[in-house]
Amino acid sequence: MSRKIPQEQYEKTRSYRLKQWLDGSKDLYLGEVEMKPQKPYEETHKQRKKREKEKARAVERVYDTERNAEIRIFRKIYRVFSILFCVFLVLMLLIAVSYLPTIGSADKPANNEVSARYIESGLQETGAVNIVTGMILDYRAFDTLGESHVLFVATCTVLILLRRDEKKRKDGEPAEEEQDFLYEPKDDVILQTVAKILVPPIVIFGIYVILCGHLGPGGGFSGGAIIGAGLILYLNAFGFEKTERFFRASTYKKLSFTALACYTFSKCYSFYTGANHIESVIPLGTPGAILSSGLILVLNICVGVVVAGTMYTFYAMFRKGGY
Amino acid sequence: MAFVQNLPFISILLSLFAGPLSSILSGKKAKWVNLAVIGAVGAMSAAVLAFVLSTGEPYVYMMGHFPAPWGNEIRVGVLEASMAVFFCVIMFLCMIGGSRERELEIEESKMNLYYVMVNLLLCSLLALIYTNDLFTAYVFVEINTIAACGLIMIRQNGRTIEAATRYMIMSLLGSGLFLLGLCFLYDLTGHLLMSNIQESVRVLKQTGEYHVPLLVSICLISVGLAIKSALYPFHAWLPDAYGYSTLSSAAILSSLVSKGYVFLLVKIFYRVVGFDVIMDSKVINVLFVFGIIGMIMGSVAAIKENNIRRMIAFSSVAQIGYIYMGLGLGSQIGSIASVYHIVAHAATKSLLFVAASGLTQASGDSTDFFDLTGAGFRNKLAGIAFTVGSLSMVGFPMFSGFTSKLLFAQAGVESGNKMLLTLVALALSTILNAVYFMKTVIRIYTPEKKKVLVQKDFHSVTMADQPAKSAALVCFIVLNLFLGLWSEPMVRLFGDGLAMFA
Repeated sequence: MSRKIPQEQYEKTRSYRLKQWLDGSKDLYLGEVEMKPQKPYEETHKQRKKREKEKARAVERVYDTERNAEIRIFRKIYRVFSILFCVFLVLMLLIAVSYLPTIGSADKPANNEVSARYIESGLQETGAVNIVTGMILDYRAFDTLGESHVLFVATCTVLILLRRDEKKRKDGEPAEEEQDFLYEPKDDVILQTVAKILVPPIVIFGIYVILCGHLGPGGGFSGGAIIGAGLILYLNAFGFEKTERFFRASTYKKLSFTALACYTFSKCYSFYTGANHIESVIPLGTPGAILSSGLILVLNICVGVVVAGTMYTFYAMFRKGGY
Repeated sequence: MAFVQNLPFISILLSLFAGPLSSILSGKKAKWVNLAVIGAVGAMSAAVLAFVLSTGEPYVYMMGHFPAPWGNEIRVGVLEASMAVFFCVIMFLCMIGGSRERELEIEESKMNLYYVMVNLLLCSLLALIYTNDLFTAYVFVEINTIAACGLIMIRQNGRTIEAATRYMIMSLLGSGLFLLGLCFLYDLTGHLLMSNIQESVRVLKQTGEYHVPLLVSICLISVGLAIKSALYPFHAWLPDAYGYSTLSSAAILSSLVSKGYVFLLVKIFYRVVGFDVIMDSKVINVLFVFGIIGMIMGSVAAIKENNIRRMIAFSSVAQIGYIYMGLGLGSQIGSIASVYHIVAHAATKSLLFVAASGLTQASGDSTDFFDLTGAGFRNKLAGIAFTVGSLSMVGFPMFSGFTSKLLFAQAGVESGNKMLLTLVALALSTILNAVYFMKTVIRIYTPEKKKVLVQKDFHSVTMADQPAKSAALVCFIVLNLFLGLWSEPMVRLFGDGLAMFA
């Protein structure tokens, strides 16, 4: 439509044609370029016979894996080549390893000023008697920060894969718990008695390993794994009803969020002060005491919480698809 | 120390913190947190870029109270900062552009987990860009891999689960090889810090010690990262992963995740092993050959494809081939061309994915090629955007793809014995690109009969129906034009950045 000129005149203008083309209402080539309309495709009886025969032949040849020579040969070649490739890879790596510096020799490149400082002044600088803990939670804390988030993101991925939406359950379908009930042994007296005796020491030992991570062998990762194992044993003996009183998916999320946020913020503080050469106000304490080595104890607890929750969540997800 | 210098570390930790935070929020709130975090990180990175440009030299930032070989360290230069800005812009647009598809395809209760993945992915990309430590790079490669897997399979149908499984297997193989190579390097040099490894490698090269393990470790790292970024023979995971995952995942995966690994490889070539050692080792020749094969084979596979999403995915294989070819030329300008193509391809490929989804939306959400007939008329903006993206991929002047093709050709001409192969491959690949992209453009601008439209119940989509996607498309088009028309300063920026790298 145009306001200034009548419709017929407007239809002759370029802008109208452009508008038509933009709308897709008119094919510009129509009438300008000689076009032959395609003949509608009609299948004769003979052609149909041929097509069906070819299809049957294709199905026979492609999907008949038993007698299909091509697939058989391909599989054989595939096997041979995969073995050859693996042998090549193993040989290459073995040869490369044989050229590496001798393990344990004093002039190995890895025995340099880096490890020397970890060993010699690790205790004074981090306050942790356990050098390994001092290394992963203080010297190279950024890596460990990433590593604990690896666990978190792995749990989230498992949640994505396995969690079933309660809302999506169809009406006739029995609830998850009822389905589980059919396949699970319940109230196993032996298991329950053993669990009653074993679970408390396991959890307490796990807490001990976490809390003393900076004093001796142990730390957040190993202690968290122990606690997680204890929880899984408890779950196996007493079922989801008992564990869900204190540990649900939302509990896990809140716990791990608190732990990771605590970790991130404390590291934020120490990165910021470190890089700007500000003296940190957190005291290192006397080496050997439980409350020592600055932030390491806090970080160990955070890592322990995340690891324990992750182990338990993995188990619960794989077993039931939600808890 | 100026406060601006703290921003890279703050942006890494901010996006890291946003991950767990999103897990306890509802999907809607998590969405806003995610957009805010991406925006904030982008703004911070821009400030850092301005700072680094004004001082003209890179700086290192200590992560903690202990200096570099003992503690962790990040390093900020022009190239790192500009990549960070750029990745944030692309990610922001991808998230905006794919919001409708996310709401349709992802279960409501899992929505917040999607943003957990995106936040952690952003964090890992930033860490990969900034890190000056090989082991830190490995840790964040892990986060990146797992998060990408989650992004693929959050839209749950059979194809995405299969694609995620493939991606997981291939990608973990790549991570494993990368870790092995890293262990070898550590054993030979005793360091994990990039600058220290480079010094040690230089000494090893002069004395000729440990020649075999050094070569093996370079091979392992290159192959590992090549698998993760889908260089040609290792691309089997790619078409399904990009073709069936939800839109924003596909766009982010194709434009950022694979590019993050390529960037890491460039960094390792320049900052860890040293470019002269790489040149000597002949590994780049292998990358060059596979890059060229990828350029051709990716395009051939794309021509055969009938599903538009998978077609665009296969085109990624070809474009990754370009990037590796540029690296394989082994010259400064070749590397600049590759880095430029990382940016150009990321901007174009995400544009194509978003535009293609606009077109399929106007065709009853069918990705079938023949259903797209006349889709350019039914969704005009998406049609224009797809045309722009296609022209850019083919290498039409004015758009970003042209400049990268020009740079590749220049690099090829200067490279001596690789000249003929490079130019022939470029020409052939351009023609093949044109075949499948122009075929699609012609298809979407062929008017469909009214009767068929009514019969198939296709409706037109106007800009008002999809404000978010339209905004994203317009921004993408502007970005493409910007990269194409003002390519000179960008190329200079990347050249300066690469010079600061060594």
